Amino acid sequence: MKPETINKLKISANAAKYDVSCASSGSNRPNSGKGLGNASPWGICHSFTEDGRCISLLKLMLTNYCIYDCAYCVNRKSNDIQRTTFSVKEVVELTIEFYRRNYIEGLFLSSGVIKNPDYTMERMVSVAKDLRLKQNYNGYIHLKSIPGSSDELQQQAGLYADRLSVNIEIASESNLKMIAPDKSFASILNPMNTIKNKIIENKEERRKFRHAPRFSPAGQSTQLIVGATPDSDQRILNLAGNLYNSKNLKRVYYSGYVPVNNYDKRLPALNEPPLKRENRLYQADWLFRFYHFSINEIVNDDHPDLDLEIDPKLSYALRNPWLFPVDINKANYETILRVPGIGVLSAKKIILGRRYSKLNLSNLKKIGVVLKRAKYFITCNELKAPTINELLPENVKKILLSENKPLKQFKKSFYKQLSLFPVN
Amino acid sequence: MNLFIYDQTFEGLLTAIHDAIDLNIKPDKIISIKYFQDDLFATKYDIITDSDKFDKIWNQVKEKSNEQNCQRIFKTFLSELSEIEMIIYNYIKLIIDTPYNVEVNFSEDSVIKINNIQKKVGREAQRVLMFVRFQKTVDDIYYASFDPKYNVIPLTVAHFRNRFADQKWVIFDTRRKFGYYYDLKNVREITIGNQKVNFESGKVDNDVLHVSEKLFQKLWKGYYDTINIKERKNIKVHMQFLPKRFWKYLPEKDFKNTFVMN
Ligand code: SF4
Repeated sequence: MKPETINKLKISANAAKYDVSCASSGSNRPNSGKGLGNASPWGICHSFTEDGRCISLLKLMLTNYCIYDCAYCVNRKSNDIQRTTFSVKEVVELTIEFYRRNYIEGLFLSSGVIKNPDYTMERMVSVAKDLRLKQNYNGYIHLKSIPGSSDELQQQAGLYADRLSVNIEIASESNLKMIAPDKSFASILNPMNTIKNKIIENKEERRKFRHAPRFSPAGQSTQLIVGATPDSDQRILNLAGNLYNSKNLKRVYYSGYVPVNNYDKRLPALNEPPLKRENRLYQADWLFRFYHFSINEIVNDDHPDLDLEIDPKLSYALRNPWLFPVDINKANYETILRVPGIGVLSAKKIILGRRYSKLNLSNLKKIGVVLKRAKYFITCNELKAPTINELLPENVKKILLSENKPLKQFKKSFYKQLSLFPVN
Repeated sequence: MNLFIYDQTFEGLLTAIHDAIDLNIKPDKIISIKYFQDDLFATKYDIITDSDKFDKIWNQVKEKSNEQNCQRIFKTFLSELSEIEMIIYNYIKLIIDTPYNVEVNFSEDSVIKINNIQKKVGREAQRVLMFVRFQKTVDDIYYASFDPKYNVIPLTVAHFRNRFADQKWVIFDTRRKFGYYYDLKNVREITIGNQKVNFESGKVDNDVLHVSEKLFQKLWKGYYDTINIKERKNIKVHMQFLPKRFWKYLPEKDFKNTFVMN
């Protein structure tokens, strides 16, 4: 490795940094005997950048040359930027050396498209193959499949990678065509389908033969760019919901569009990325995946976009006041989960704790319920405070907004997103 | 006032708890010999650590409770906070005296305290996994110093042994002056730090660093600086996740690693 590599590394990292997925979780590849590394089922963050994001994986682009011209991307061919290409050997060496020093959990590799999708994908696969077979490396590998690359290559990629992803980026096909003319939904959904089917097949196989090689054991994910096109939150969340269900995705990432190509008039003129909206989408995603909400309850024709002022769970409660107050000592788990200020963990503790004695306010506080929010939506053993029905939804909203501590809430949702620590 | 004096080991503490239950004496304080100051008015019990007594209590706790709960107790002990002895005594007594599982009975003081302390300890252990940085030396040993708030390095050894099975490594706790050395076969406890390591900064002296070490530190710093998205700057969250006390170990936070090129 030569000192000049620093330049390549910087160009490549600069090109790769807008891909937000960073999770290294979901795999538990053991260290096979005396090799290097293992993938722990919960990811580990090894550092944090000044933008507050976790660094878990070495995020690189094999090359940032690209024959395509996607309007939202820094690496589009019409941009006049520094370009570089790594050799397979260089990426392998960087990964191993960083890994051995405990800087990273593994590698996240993507690439601009050179020559054609298959040629590009083949080079990415050879990095993963080299790491696994020559270096005896068992750490995490995430490969970003190239839209339009062949089934055969997805098959090979899945043998060496822990996770595969194909980014759909834009929530509607017509908008995708407009700003990324070289891509189509088919070129993205086809590899996604292949990967999904292989994962299912592989699970079957491993049930029969315990030692059958794993295929993409941490599943597949995708990314949606938010705010580069006029697509509503309703459309974005419905697409996400569909992908979770029909493609068995592990994660959908939402990435607030960072205005890198302001000269392109097909894109909205933004001063800064829509971070608040991105955050609300993650919260909605959580409601859908862990809080037993349906997408339609979160966004619908009457309410197509998430409220930026308040989180989607509170917004749902304010729109449906007749469902409250909830009796903490009687209501079932699903109902308790819907109370603003009560998370999955505290809902579970409530169910367990109320077996021994009726719960009162101080019990709830110890359990971790955020009473400042929850008190308008519950009754418990002693509570006689006015609820949403006496105060009316618009007043509850005003009160909560006035005492809002934005940082604390932001932190909380961030912790969740990053799944920093094993959930216990 | 009943004062139990033990040798500051986990075995010693459980022996003390065993004796207290056995003698049917409720201790008012269980204190390590290290912090003990003579008290004329107290009845003193000098505990002699006994592994059979330890086993007896520990097995009883395991039977009445579960492995996870044992881990909680052990983690609480590793916090080294003052007063943990009595918290652990109360908790173990509660487990033994109660017919049902006490783990989720949050109206009991000791249950809540144990839960909170073990959570803090677990988090600190997690931070060791996150922020340990190895420096490669000329003799191919990967060396790391750390000074965790609680005594958590023992909780992390298994992780590092599994992960870095094909490289020799040392992790040294500079606050408690002991560490672990893995020699490709076994992990051994060591008590003498390397003379070639700066005690304050944890940095290995230049003359024993592997020739490539500085380069990889600089590459890593270069990567770290570049991957940041300026438009998303959020220093508050940054500081929250990456507290300053860890910075001295991180090559990415060491401005000396900044590459200056034309
Ligand atoms: S294919 Fe599109 S998004 Fe991917 S690197 Fe090329 S221009 Fe960027």
